[in-house]
Formats: sequence, C-alpha cells, structure tokens
Amino acid sequence: MDFRIPVGNWINDGLEWIEINLEVFFEGMRSTFKGMYDGMDWLFSSPPTLAIIAVLAIAALFARGWKFAIGVTVGLLFIVSVGQWDNAVDTLALVIVAAFIAIALSIPLGIWAARNDTVSAILKPVMDFLQTMPAFVYLMPALALLRVGVAPGIFATILFAMAPGVRLTELGIRGVDKEVVEAGQAFGASPRRILRQIQLPLAMPSIMAGINQIIMLSLSMVVIAGLVGAGGLGGDVVRSLSSLDYPLGFEAGLAVVVLAIILDRFTGSFGQGLGMYAWLRNRHSAKKTEDELARLESQQIQDTGPRRNPGS
Amino acid sequence: MNDSIALRADGLYKVFGKHPDDAVRRLRDGASRDDLGGATAAVIDASFEVKRGEIFVVMGLSGSGKSTLIRTLNGLQPATAGTVQIGDDSITDASTAALRDLRRHRVSMVFQHFALLPHRTVIDNVAYGLEIQGKSRDERLRRARQVTDIVGLAGWEEKFPSQLSGGMQQRVGLARALAADTDVLLMDEAFSALDPLIRREMQDQLLELQSELNKTIVFITHDLNEAMYIGDRIAVMRDGRIVQIGSPEDILTNPANDYVEQFVQDVDRTKVLTAESVMRKPRVVIHETGGPHAALATMRDEQMSAAYVTKRDRTLVGWVRDRDVLDLVRSGEKSLTPAIKTDHGAVSTDTALADLFIPSLEAALPLGVADERGRLVGVIPRVTLLATLGGEPEAASSAIPRVDPLPTSVVDKVLGSSTEKGGV
Repeated sequence: MDFRIPVGNWINDGLEWIEINLEVFFEGMRSTFKGMYDGMDWLFSSPPTLAIIAVLAIAALFARGWKFAIGVTVGLLFIVSVGQWDNAVDTLALVIVAAFIAIALSIPLGIWAARNDTVSAILKPVMDFLQTMPAFVYLMPALALLRVGVAPGIFATILFAMAPGVRLTELGIRGVDKEVVEAGQAFGASPRRILRQIQLPLAMPSIMAGINQIIMLSLSMVVIAGLVGAGGLGGDVVRSLSSLDYPLGFEAGLAVVVLAIILDRFTGSFGQGLGMYAWLRNRHSAKKTEDELARLESQQIQDTGPRRNPGS
Repeated sequence: MNDSIALRADGLYKVFGKHPDDAVRRLRDGASRDDLGGATAAVIDASFEVKRGEIFVVMGLSGSGKSTLIRTLNGLQPATAGTVQIGDDSITDASTAALRDLRRHRVSMVFQHFALLPHRTVIDNVAYGLEIQGKSRDERLRRARQVTDIVGLAGWEEKFPSQLSGGMQQRVGLARALAADTDVLLMDEAFSALDPLIRREMQDQLLELQSELNKTIVFITHDLNEAMYIGDRIAVMRDGRIVQIGSPEDILTNPANDYVEQFVQDVDRTKVLTAESVMRKPRVVIHETGGPHAALATMRDEQMSAAYVTKRDRTLVGWVRDRDVLDLVRSGEKSLTPAIKTDHGAVSTDTALADLFIPSLEAALPLGVADERGRLVGVIPRVTLLATLGGEPEAASSAIPRVDPLPTSVVDKVLGSSTEKGGV
C-alpha cells in the first residue's frame, strides 16, 4: 500500500520552522537552564564533600527523624566510596532544576484545570501525550532546538515529568469535600481565598504526591538525558553501555538508586508531621496559642474591670 | 418591606439541566415535573415569608428539593426564576460581590456534615466567618471564644475537628454561624447526621439559644418529629413544591392533603399539641361574688357536682363542691369564700398534651386551663384528651356518658333469687 500520512515529516518541518523563527527564545531558554544548573552544581560541589553530607543528614533529621539521617549518611558515603560523588552532584543539580521548573509549571496548570472544565478537557489529552510518548523521543527535538548539553536534558525531563504534577493537583483540588468549599462560599469568601485557605491545604497530600512523582520521574529521565550529553550519572551509564563496562555501569546505577530513595523519602515527608521540624513547630504553635489565650483573658478582665485602658 | 419579615421568597424556581428557562415557562403553564424532558425541576414555585425571630422549618423527604431550596436562599444555587429577599436586599438580583457581602453580614449557614476546616483548630473554625468579614485577629478571637463558651465547648478551643465527636463538631458548626452574627441562619439538615440522643440534646440547645439570641432560622429536616419540636412554622415539601405551610398544630390537625396526612400519622401528638388546642369552653363558671345561693342553683341546673370559681374578669380563684355550698346555704352564710378550695391545679395554655395526663387524673373537675394572666380560658375533660389521642377530637362530643351501675339493692335482690334456684 502506497498511502502514507507523513506525520513525522510534518513535525520535522514544524520543528525546523520553530528552530529558525524562535531561535532567540530557545537560546534564552538554553542559557537560563544552563545558568540554573551551573548555580545548583556549584552549590553542591564547591564545599567539601563531607560538609555537604553533614548538611543533608541534618536536613534528613529535621524532615523525618534520626533513622533517615543515618540512612542518608550511609547512602551518600557509599556514593563517595564508589567514586561517583561528582556525577551524583551533577545529576542532583539537574534533577533539582528540572523538577523545580516542572513543579512551578504543573501546579498552576493543575489549579487552572481544577477550576475550569474547558482547560481540564484540553489539558487531559496533552498530558496523556506527554506522559506516554517514549522518553527518548523528546530528546530529538530537544537536541535540535537546544543543542548538546544539559539544556536539552532539562527540557526533555520537564516535559516528561510534568504530567503527574498537573493531574494530581487537579484531582486533589476537585476531590476536596464539596460541603467544605460550600461553607467557604456561604460565609462570603472569595474564590481566591477559598483556594488558598481551603482547597490547597486540603489538596496538599495529593499535590505532594504529585511533586514526589515529578521528582522521581525527573530522576529516571535524567539518566536517559545522559544520551544527549547531560553528563552526571546518566553519562556514566551511557558510557558503560557503549563500552560494556559492567563495573562502572552498576556503580553508577546503584548511585542512582541511592539518590532516588533519598529524594523519595525527603519529598514524601513533606506535610506528614514527621521529624524534628514538625516537633519543633508543634511546640512553638502550642505555646503561641497558649500565650494568645492568656493575653485575651487578661484583656477581657481589663475590659470588663473597673479600670478601663484608654489606649485600647 | 415590612420590618417583621426577615426573609421572603417569591415564586422561586430552580431547574437543573438543559433549557431551564423553558422548563420554568412550561411549569408555569401547568406542566408536571415529570414531563420536562431533559430538565430536572428541584424547586417549583416556592413562596414563603419568614418572620424575624422565627424558626421556619422546611420538611420533606430526600429528593423533595429542600436542600436546593435552602441553597437558593443564600445564592449557593442561583435561582432559575423568582426572587429571594433578605431584609431589603435581594439575593437573586445581587452581583457576585454584593452576594458575597450579603453572605458575610446577613446570612450564615450550618451544614449537614459540619463542613469544618479540618486543618484548623476549633477556635479558628469558629472565627472563620469573622476572618472573612475582615475583623482584626484580637476581635475575632475574643468573639469566637464567647460563642465557643455559649455552645458549651469551652476548653476545646485548641483541638482539631477530627478530635471531636459528631455532636461537638456540629456545635463548632453552629458556633461558626453564630459568631458571624448574621440575622438569618440557614441550617441544612444540621442534626440529621447525629445519633438520636445527641440530636435531641442539640435540638434543646438550639431552642435554648434561640430564646436568648432571637435569630431568624430556616431549618431543613426530613424528620417530622424534629420539625414539630423546633419549628414555629413548618413548610412541607413534596416533589419540589411546598404543599402546606402552617404551625405544627395546623399541620397535625388540618393536613392540607393526603400526603401530609400520611406523613403526620406517626407523629407523637402528645408532644406537639398543647392544652390550648384541645381545651373546650367551660360549661359553667361560678362567680366568686355571686354568693352560695346562686352558685348552688347554677350547679343544680347544669347537674354538676363541682365547678370552677372565678372573679369578674375570669381570673381563676378555685373550685367548689355542691355539698360544701349546700352547707353554706343551710347555715345562712352570705359569702361563697369558705367553700372555695384553691388547689384547682390548672395548667397553662402551652402545656404539651403529654404533660396533661397526670394533672387530669388528679383534678376533681375537667382540667382547667389558665392563660398567662391567670384567667380561666378553657377546660379539658378526660374524654377530650382521649379523643385527641385517637386523632379525632370531635369524637369527644359524641362520647357516651359513663353508664351508671344498677343500684346495689336491685342487684342483691336478683342475685339472691338466682341463688335460691341453685345457680352459680
């Protein structure tokens, strides 16, 4: 059969057109990504390794408690001991930049979709497309538009990782108890206020799950991005594949696993009331409300008592 | 608008689905709810007025449109046609901003499943309405604390809703609505999700609060006993239409149609009906100043062995027995006073039927009913009480008087003769 729709060629033509006409835009995007990545990379690689590990362990203590702190320390020391620390730092920087941008895009989109059925109907197939398109396919246009380096890696990662963030945000907000939202309306709250004070806090577990998914998908994509010269652990995995270097491949792979577990546990702990941070915060807020009530009580006594305070 | 009307709904329609305006036109032309095609009419031509300080109950089964109706009252569901006015402000014509303002200051709401903000403490939940009104933190906390005390939740201010029982959570819901200090309070099946005992407690508390605060309350329920207990007036809804509006006694004694009649069958009449609604005009009243002669003559004419004694202005003084009056006449006494017994045991007009039985047993005469100024306004014979319980108060008038027993001598004589014949 001769009949064939040249979809691939059309897309290619389209991309070429974009390449020529939107060059400035993509050049800007490239330097932005590169700049953010370099900054993040510098942050992690310039201080001594042990200092970074100590800081991360303390962060782990605050986020989840001492067991996680020990796990983080052991895991990171393992990465150092297999000589993958520099690669791991590169990868971490790439994940953080990509995930940050993906989150910054997907949460507002999710909120918009939750409040507008048309937007939701349009975004749904787009997200299906982004999520199911084989991850490698993103690399080609990214490469064409942004040239070799970390920028196409970050670009492809953002596209690939965004979908669950949008979906879980929308789902979370739509899933908030209708009566509670109605209560907000019934007391005359504006839609913005309902979003801020009712919908977002109550959708938080779902949104957090979305953020967690974004970070995990970013990490898995970052390895693939090694193919376009994004470097880091992905770069070593790609190199070991081409030279059949098992030892290097497994060491880099295990380092990815350690990073993945640490990132997953970190993001999974947000808003769960775990670790020292939650403990300190609870103590602080309990004390604050206690003070507040005591103050009100004394003021009440003052107000109703014979001596009126002219100032208040 | 009349000052005594807090809320008025006029010709209210709410239709969901396609072409709602078209559906309203057809309903107005007399189409039934079932042949509207794609549209669903939840509220059809609802008109009513709620007086200031009144508890107005809307009662209906699920699907009767009562929850939709209450939501059109504060614009959560915009009405398809008709008007709603709260005081002088129209809800149905208000712009979005004006509507928000009305909800902040004029009308608040209590929800069936409480609808508390789970991530906020009790005190912050109670202060929510005030926060939206833009009150300062000090002011709203102070007010919230007062209201929390009023509903009996003092000491629970810093707990989260999930740490409270259902009844307590609804108290928070009630406190939140009260703290907003609006004239009108909408309560959507507010006590339906609670256990029966807790529900009773909350009903009592609501009535108690209402006697102090004097809010205008629109209360939705599917429980007729609840409606009868707390409602000053009740609107019964069926299939989107209001089929009857009236006082609990009205609904019970004059149901507008078979549906309402069927509905009220299971209601405990003794709790709803009051002495006032069952009392009869006293057949005979003796005036204190009339003297023993006149009193005895009156009692003889009416064949009564005792009667109530009142002053000229009908203030109840006590009661007299014919024997005592007879003694007075014999001894030539000019005043009735020595014969008057003051333990008349009269009940007030708003006493529930359930509380009449024991006084009725203890009274020598048909139970007297006195109004708030102590005037005898009616009596309740025991037969009337029984007839009312049976659902047909009119039956009392056709009651057959108790059959007098045969004189003992006659019975003895017959018994004696039958024994001789060897019977028994």
